[in-house]
Amino acid sequence: MANTQSMCTSFLGELLSATHNFSSANPAHTANTADTFKAALYTATASPAINAATTAYSATGEVSGTGYTAGGIAVTNATNPTSTNSSSTAGVGYWTPSGNLVYSTVTLTTAFDTVLIYNSTQSNKAVSVHTFGSQTITAGTFTLTMPSNTTTTALLRLSTT
Amino acid sequence: MIITTTKGDIDDSLLVKKEGTVDDENEYTTWVEYYLNDELVHRSAHVTLKKSPFSDLFAASLG
Repeated sequence: MANTQSMCTSFLGELLSATHNFSSANPAHTANTADTFKAALYTATASPAINAATTAYSATGEVSGTGYTAGGIAVTNATNPTSTNSSSTAGVGYWTPSGNLVYSTVTLTTAFDTVLIYNSTQSNKAVSVHTFGSQTITAGTFTLTMPSNTTTTALLRLSTT
Repeated sequence: MIITTTKGDIDDSLLVKKEGTVDDENEYTTWVEYYLNDELVHRSAHVTLKKSPFSDLFAASLG
């Protein structure tokens, strides 16, 4: 089964129990210290597939190769989550990493098509799955440019309508 | 320009360069490859995602 872009279902439930803290201005967990989030790459043939049912980071199906460290790279998080009302009954909470995901000078010869964002502070619990066309990298750099941090384009968006 | 390759750093004048893009509803991707004697010695890719996961939240009506 192919990897599928999705918000991890376990993440939705964990939000209600304040498991994750994306903010550096929040009393949850260690006050005013955001959790550390990481980004791991997965092969196009990862088994089990990486999708909404993924609950935590696993090395199974993860890419491997020169210059790539298991677990991936840390996500730059200098911008706290934001929420905006779109009407009296609806709004959006959203968050985007403040820097692109850059895997520098790596060789990844097995095709990969997925990045898993996960919370390495909280037992590597999964956050979201993002897919793209299969890639390989040879002595080069793989860059995932982050979208603009707006109500309609942010990497993670939670909305009421 | 010096290119990092599987054979070490090589001036790009000695390499054959190929470039490409993918532009669809999901992503805008550019990639570049360098070949030395028909052997792929460097490949980089740059992906910009156009879609992100989106979750709707609901508050149940009471009464």
